[in-house]
Amino acid sequence: MSSPTDVVPVARWQEKGGVSKVAGYEHPLYVRLAHWLTAVSLVVMAASGLRIFLAFPSFGSKVPQEDFWNPPPGITLGGWLGGALQWHFTFMWLFAGAALLYIVGQVATGRYRMVLFVPRDIPGVWPMARHYFLRGPKPAVDQPYNALQKLAYTTTVLLGALSLVSGLALYKSAQLPFLVTLLGGYRLVRIWHFLALCGFAAFVPGHLVMVALHGWQNFVAMLTGWKRDPEYLGRKGA
Amino acid sequence: MTQRIVPPPRTRRELLKLTPLVALGAILYEPWRESILDKGLRLSDWASARTFRTAHLAPTYSDADVVPFERFPYNYFDILEPEIDFDAWSLEVSGKVSRPGKYALAQLHALPKVTQNTRHVCVEGWDVIGSFGGARLSDFLDLAGADPSARYVSVMCADNYYESIDLAMARHPQTLLCYEMYGKPLDRGHGAPLRLQIPTTLGYKQAKYLMTLSVVDELGADRSYWGDQGYSWYGGL
Repeated sequence: MSSPTDVVPVARWQEKGGVSKVAGYEHPLYVRLAHWLTAVSLVVMAASGLRIFLAFPSFGSKVPQEDFWNPPPGITLGGWLGGALQWHFTFMWLFAGAALLYIVGQVATGRYRMVLFVPRDIPGVWPMARHYFLRGPKPAVDQPYNALQKLAYTTTVLLGALSLVSGLALYKSAQLPFLVTLLGGYRLVRIWHFLALCGFAAFVPGHLVMVALHGWQNFVAMLTGWKRDPEYLGRKGA
Repeated sequence: MTQRIVPPPRTRRELLKLTPLVALGAILYEPWRESILDKGLRLSDWASARTFRTAHLAPTYSDADVVPFERFPYNYFDILEPEIDFDAWSLEVSGKVSRPGKYALAQLHALPKVTQNTRHVCVEGWDVIGSFGGARLSDFLDLAGADPSARYVSVMCADNYYESIDLAMARHPQTLLCYEMYGKPLDRGHGAPLRLQIPTTLGYKQAKYLMTLSVVDELGADRSYWGDQGYSWYGGL
């Protein structure tokens, strides 16, 4: 197989004074649009979803009712159940649209190869985790995404798929009963939908901390598409 | 490694390509918010009605899956047992029907009886599998001579609740004018003497204590008690 970096166009040029510059076009427009659409709609879906959950904060029966968890109203959106449903049923289109844009784009351009976590990446996970969390030595970087990043970003795609499928099963349980069956029955669908939210709740803070600590260039790249002097293009040191 | 070497980045231009995202900020502007969310909800309702499978049946369940009657929740918006003169009760039918007028409970009993164990799903998030019996609304619409080109069925209730559904939903084979639960006449809290029972909609669409039914092409200002307050009008599952 060819190198994953094949799909990243590279620019090399000289600035005044003869300084050599290199940059990789990591994020085409569709990736950036999908990323920021997802960021906005995910926050709205999560906060309105919690307000919806507050109307029946349980995964069990109505009679008798045993509350599982009452989300603090301060982190919810919509004010009341009907308002929250309006937000949820409006932004679900954006969330699903962003997912579609991303998946179609990744497959059409072949760029999925540089971020999709595959079995070959498994050995690289622990050294990278040891570096990030235990101050271990930094593994060599020769790809836009390291094994841990691939694992994280592939997981978010799966979480998105889980939220969409479980959400659709809840929304259309009578029209699409096979989806309900696929997810293990009606009561489990609601649990899956909630677990997808928990997954995002675990990912997002970590994502933000990583960007804050290591990733100013990554942040800029998600805005402009271009990452300057990326390690995998031969940046010295780290 | 075969890298594609391209000209130096024009980062500012690339950044500007994201400007359409600024449109999302419109939702933050209070005067526009309600209209945007209303459009989103209408889009969802439109897509739901367009994809509704008229002949597809909602799942039905065995008697063993039905929750005991005592554990079937009573849900109401105002009053659980509204004033109804049961001896004088009849369903008053109007609108685009060839045989308008008052229909007694006996006339509904005379229609083919359907019993079904289906899941009752509340917009709040709880659900319960119950046992329901009644006449198909579709059969009743035939009895009343409903105009097949009419678009909606709208009902008014003894507790001033009101609802409406489109004709596809009304004609669905599992949509009942329900007069029985668990093999017994409806009790007052569950909507005696007659309620809508629609396994393909959320609970709030399934109006209780029915008093009038009309077949119409246009819905007036009163479309749906909860729908008018911000819930989805369609409310389909």
